[in-house]
Amino acid sequence: MRQRVLAGTVAALAFGLSAAASASAQAAQAQSGPAYTVADVQFMQGMIGHHAQAIVMAAMAPTHGASAQVSLFCRKIMLSQRDEIELMQSWLRDRGEKVSDPGDAHAHGALPMDMAMDMGVHAMLMPGMLTAEQLAQLQQARDATFDRLFLTFMIQHHEGALIMVAKLFDSPGAGQTPEIFGYATGVDADQRAEIGRMQGMLTTLTERTPK
Amino acid sequence: MKSVRSTGRSLTRYTVGSLALAAGALSAVSCAQSVSSGSMNVRSAAPPLTAPSTTDPRVGLRAGLTGAGEVAHNMRLVSHSAKSSSLDGEGGARGLTFANSDLAFRGNYVYQGNFSGFQIWDIANPASPVLRKTIICGTGQGDPSIYGNLLFISSEGTGNRTDCGTGGVPDKVSMDRMVGVRIFDVSDIANPRKVIDVQTCRGSHTHTLVPDPTDKSIVYVYVSGSAGVRSAEELPGGGCIDGPIDSANTARFRIEVIRVPLAHPEQAKVVSYAHIFNDLSAPTVHGDVPGDAGAPARAPRSARSAPMAPRGGPNQCHDITVYPEIGLAGGACGGYGLLIDIHDPINPKRLQAVGDSNFAFWHSATFNNAGTKVLFTDEWGGGTQAKCRFDDPIDWGGDAIFTLNNGRLTQGAYFKMPAAQSKQENCVAHNGSLVPVPGRDIMVQGWYQGGLDVIDFTDANHPYEIAYFDRGPVDSTKLVTAGYWAGYWYNGHIIGSEIARGLDVFELTPSQYLSQNEIDAAKLVHWDQFNPQMQPKIVWPAAFPVVRSYLDQLVRGNGLAAARTSAIAGQLNAAEKLSGAERRSALNAIATQLDGDASDAADGVRVRAMVAAVRELANASG
Repeated sequence: MRQRVLAGTVAALAFGLSAAASASAQAAQAQSGPAYTVADVQFMQGMIGHHAQAIVMAAMAPTHGASAQVSLFCRKIMLSQRDEIELMQSWLRDRGEKVSDPGDAHAHGALPMDMAMDMGVHAMLMPGMLTAEQLAQLQQARDATFDRLFLTFMIQHHEGALIMVAKLFDSPGAGQTPEIFGYATGVDADQRAEIGRMQGMLTTLTERTPK
Repeated sequence: MKSVRSTGRSLTRYTVGSLALAAGALSAVSCAQSVSSGSMNVRSAAPPLTAPSTTDPRVGLRAGLTGAGEVAHNMRLVSHSAKSSSLDGEGGARGLTFANSDLAFRGNYVYQGNFSGFQIWDIANPASPVLRKTIICGTGQGDPSIYGNLLFISSEGTGNRTDCGTGGVPDKVSMDRMVGVRIFDVSDIANPRKVIDVQTCRGSHTHTLVPDPTDKSIVYVYVSGSAGVRSAEELPGGGCIDGPIDSANTARFRIEVIRVPLAHPEQAKVVSYAHIFNDLSAPTVHGDVPGDAGAPARAPRSARSAPMAPRGGPNQCHDITVYPEIGLAGGACGGYGLLIDIHDPINPKRLQAVGDSNFAFWHSATFNNAGTKVLFTDEWGGGTQAKCRFDDPIDWGGDAIFTLNNGRLTQGAYFKMPAAQSKQENCVAHNGSLVPVPGRDIMVQGWYQGGLDVIDFTDANHPYEIAYFDRGPVDSTKLVTAGYWAGYWYNGHIIGSEIARGLDVFELTPSQYLSQNEIDAAKLVHWDQFNPQMQPKIVWPAAFPVVRSYLDQLVRGNGLAAARTSAIAGQLNAAEKLSGAERRSALNAIATQLDGDASDAADGVRVRAMVAAVRELANASG
């Protein structure tokens, strides 16, 4: 098993990442293993928003003329990351931590630039997330152009997730509970595998459609 | 009997399915309910070729940590033993901290790993296992292997401590951290003694024992670790350098090989780094690139694998199963399934890599006994998520069966536990082992809260279910991680490691899919020790149940004319009543007749296998 956790609703990105772990997080539990930390909570909250944008991107496939191969990949992203969002939400909810509104996901670059600016989220994107401009560019793309842009952006997006994982484990005391350790290493393993798949698709696409 | 096989997905289904999901996602990104119902509506309009069954007896079982509803089909629960009370946490459902993990076997003992230590069970009486010892030692995920008196335990979590304490290791650099492989001496079952912690750069998520082919005093350990690279300061001289695949000294993209002198386990150390991922990336030909090599020929182009890629890709295996008898290993390595040559155990070499767009995460591998097939599992969702719901794709998160011919893997069908599970049940393909029935490839496998499943994969294109056992979810209101980490056959019984509930022992019962003779033949196979990731070659003794297994298979599959099979059955009964030279003579006569039958038989290969078994029995008589 690659440990994954249970858990709750989109993170507090739009409202900043200041959400502090509750006092209970700090109460060491000698009998039940290491306690979770503020960095763990922020990782889960941040990754919910990160995943939500991936779903928004993948959801474009059917209406943007994506190839069969890219469509299949998008379907897998949507099903997988939807479930992972639930898992992260449950983890936060079970521990009394802030679980933000899923609707916020649209703010994380999913809304037109002016609206995102209004919500003050433009500077709060997690690593690898598309800017509003990039997202608009993807929205307008069709067919092979969509495929190429989607793969390029999603590789960027996934690489950002790897950065988030690395940052988590770089935080003292973070990633020590079996749930967080397992989930974060699982994200790392899954998204590396997917990056490989996307790079392969991108290579094939480039060879088949010069320029 | 449900036969779930790959029939090639229609492109329409993907597109339409994605469309519905898109609609759901755009209106409420993280609202699973609306996404699910969107998908369901599409499905009713355009039913998929296959889908989880919603009418299976496993659907809708009562929830409960204890007292959950149970259903068994062609197998019987012989005993259930609750988890050690010292590992029970607060009612057995406290996250993963006290989760049971994998199993290893030696003599009458079952070694059951746990994220907080391990348990030693005595199953001399399978109807009443006795817990002999519980060791508390925080060691996620705690996968065990046994070799003689040495017990090996995988340690990966960065909170694992050298002193086995459970308080974690908050400092970024600390000599208290233990990620790698712990080795215990269990010669005194009542007092297991830790011999050494072999530290590695990325910990040990799983590990695999590999015997030295010539030196019986040495065993190797292949370490698969998926944690990040630890600080170089923490393991001086350990080469813990993070870097991309083109940097020569990176601690990624390799497996660590530990050499263990059995007489001096305290001298165990990492002796080599196998760079089995090198050059995996470059696609040489577009069309049949390395990652496509194992894709089914009948699959639509879109369902075939993507080419290999220069960056990203796997940088570790999740699990490696070695089959020393044939000098091969199956590596389940994130985005790829690898075939590995292990004739030189210190320098394993990749022979082939296969990919599959339906697979999310290559998790584990099991060879058939002949070494002509490999069953890979896809642990989509990582094992703590519900991936067997009614609307989850039937060919995601299951098994893919490959044939292995002349060192090349070719993809056959998928198999996934076919009963729709609730969203409170984590479910995906997980660990299992062969059930030693002669003449067939049969495997028992854990599916977490999807239960245990026994399948026949003799025909790589038509796997089917023989038996199953399932319980309802631990909790009816939320997903609590539980279920079978693994189900393994060991000396006549199936042993299941239940994450939250404990240890279960089962026996198979005869059915139209499996005869009493076949079960009896399987029970004749005995091992002194068994590590599922180090597959032993199964050899059957000369015995009537073995011979009759082949006969039963010929009857079941119409492999030989009914008049002949009934005549032979009578002759075997008569021969069994004889002894010594008379029995030998009678058996040789049967073998000679059968030999003559082979050329005209529908299943001549099986008839000849039976001839060989009859002759062995004759030679063993008198």
